Amino acid sequence: MSHPILQAEDVTKTFDGFRAINALNFYLFPGELRTVIGPNGAGKSTFFDLLTGRAKPDKGSVRFASADEAPSIDLTALNEYEIQRLGIGRKFQTPSVFAEHTVFTNLVLSLNGPRGVFASLFHRLDSTARDRLDALLKLVRLDDKRHWKAGLLSHGEKQWLEIGMLLASEPRVLLVDEPAAGMTDEETHRTGELLLSLAGKHSIVVVEHDMSFVKQISINGQVTVLHQGSVLCEGKFDDVQSNQKVREVYLGRGKH
Amino acid sequence: MSSTASSRVPDVEPRFFTRAQWASFIIPTLILAVLLPVFNAVLPPDHLLHPSTFTLNLYGKYATYAVLALGVDLLWGYLGILSLGQSLFFALGGYAFGMHLLLMIGKDGQYKSDLPDYMVFLGYKALPAHWEPFYSFGFAAFAVMAVPALLAFVFGWLAFRSRIKGVYLSILTQALTYAAALLFFRNDFGFGGNNGFTDFKRVLGADLNSVETRRSLYIASVLLLAGVFLLYRWLTRAKFGHLMQAIRDGENRVLFSGYATARYKLFVFVLVAAITGVAGALYVPQVGIINPSEMTAEKSIEAVVWVAVGGRGTLLGPILGALFVNALKSWATRAAPELWLYFLGGLFVTVVLFLPGGLISLPAKFRSIWAKFRSKAPASDSSAIGH
Repeated sequence: MSHPILQAEDVTKTFDGFRAINALNFYLFPGELRTVIGPNGAGKSTFFDLLTGRAKPDKGSVRFASADEAPSIDLTALNEYEIQRLGIGRKFQTPSVFAEHTVFTNLVLSLNGPRGVFASLFHRLDSTARDRLDALLKLVRLDDKRHWKAGLLSHGEKQWLEIGMLLASEPRVLLVDEPAAGMTDEETHRTGELLLSLAGKHSIVVVEHDMSFVKQISINGQVTVLHQGSVLCEGKFDDVQSNQKVREVYLGRGKH
Repeated sequence: MSSTASSRVPDVEPRFFTRAQWASFIIPTLILAVLLPVFNAVLPPDHLLHPSTFTLNLYGKYATYAVLALGVDLLWGYLGILSLGQSLFFALGGYAFGMHLLLMIGKDGQYKSDLPDYMVFLGYKALPAHWEPFYSFGFAAFAVMAVPALLAFVFGWLAFRSRIKGVYLSILTQALTYAAALLFFRNDFGFGGNNGFTDFKRVLGADLNSVETRRSLYIASVLLLAGVFLLYRWLTRAKFGHLMQAIRDGENRVLFSGYATARYKLFVFVLVAAITGVAGALYVPQVGIINPSEMTAEKSIEAVVWVAVGGRGTLLGPILGALFVNALKSWATRAAPELWLYFLGGLFVTVVLFLPGGLISLPAKFRSIWAKFRSKAPASDSSAIGH
């Protein structure tokens, strides 16, 4: 068995006495598409914060493997942009695109490459970059809106643009927070297909509420259920769905 | 470029200007930097087109104000940092150059001493060691940029690293300039107290009161403004400029896209401080005095008003605003001096409420009103797309 690319062990994070994450263990393997579900307040967003440097755990380790070896890079010692440069990209729950910039420029700013002040001053787009941008625009179906201000896009299109921005940076791990929120059923389905097609090349964690969407994207992968900051259970979608504890957690609080 | 029949918009804008924009940059620059001084020198004083030396002097002062305003706008309009301390960097540049000008008075001061007058008055026996290098014009010119830049670096490094933002940062910048003004007001700080430096006689060997020198200072100010405009234009058009605006609109996303946003902010903050210092250095010989009232928070806020009135987030707006508000001030402080501050406040409120894009947005506003008037139909969606 190969090594995990991302691992969190015995992680605890407390906010004002509230344990958002409680002795959490999580292992993501290369190429995997993992879906994380859980009722509101289960700690899903905090979990992403801990993986991306936004928050630091009180206890436990968060590690990343840059090559095919046991994960050795301590993510808790790095900040947001350093973690991004390692190849961990994050899509936020509410789509965060640059509203005043064109779709095209949004992608240009996200392209993988030097991130320093002077590199940005003297940056020029070469033809490989242009080809890549064209391909990305087609992939996220925004080719005909490349000159639109991103703020004018529909909610679903913004979600797609942000996914495109993530891909532009060529990450090894994608952390995707509620990609289907605000999408029509058809858009949701297409998003699922896109994510499935990216698995293998990228390692992906998707946090999601929409159960039919979860079912669609977890067809080959595992589902992790978070509850009160810990993993309640992990397994195939059908097993998780029929798990008695999971049913109690969800039904006890009402669906969603 | 756009003459190729298709309606395709290029993905990337030109680095500086289109051809028409070059023309509308170069022509006013030539008129201001060449034609006006020539008219001043050649035409008889009673000629209709003769600009008086006083007028040139006034325009030169406005040009340095416009450079200050451009800096405020680069920080506020493009990067989203409302600094209420920009006049401090302006004044520090002025003080650094003022030190040189003071030393160049030589024995021509009131007390016929090698020491500046105020030092004689305060009983100094010798020139303090840190003044010695300011005998050199080159060193003074360096200090004009280096002193503001160094202060901006230390302050910015601490503030941006700690992720201080928004109104908290504005308050800190205001506190910084307030503290500096208090310091400079003290006689024992060694920079002339509340009187500051004045009675300058010459610069680079030339008499400061001569028409030629005043004309040269005016030309230098106009060229500085033109150069700074070009530099900022280039900066805002580069990928760097897009990142500045992205930081303004959503710093989080930029941070999570792998950019060390604090370094970007620090770079702009320091660059603007250095350039603002140069403007301050050109301002001082033209007005003949520098004192701590130039670095108070009120002065900084006035510069913010220029930018808001002219049009934030554009490069022409701040220049327009600095000219317009100061011309208005020249007139109003003669016509009704006690009402000027009410006037300024009213202007600010009016612009914020009714013309958020500033004066620069007026033509577009008129055009849209005209378009609505002509075709009672509402504006179609397509107008929003191309922009």
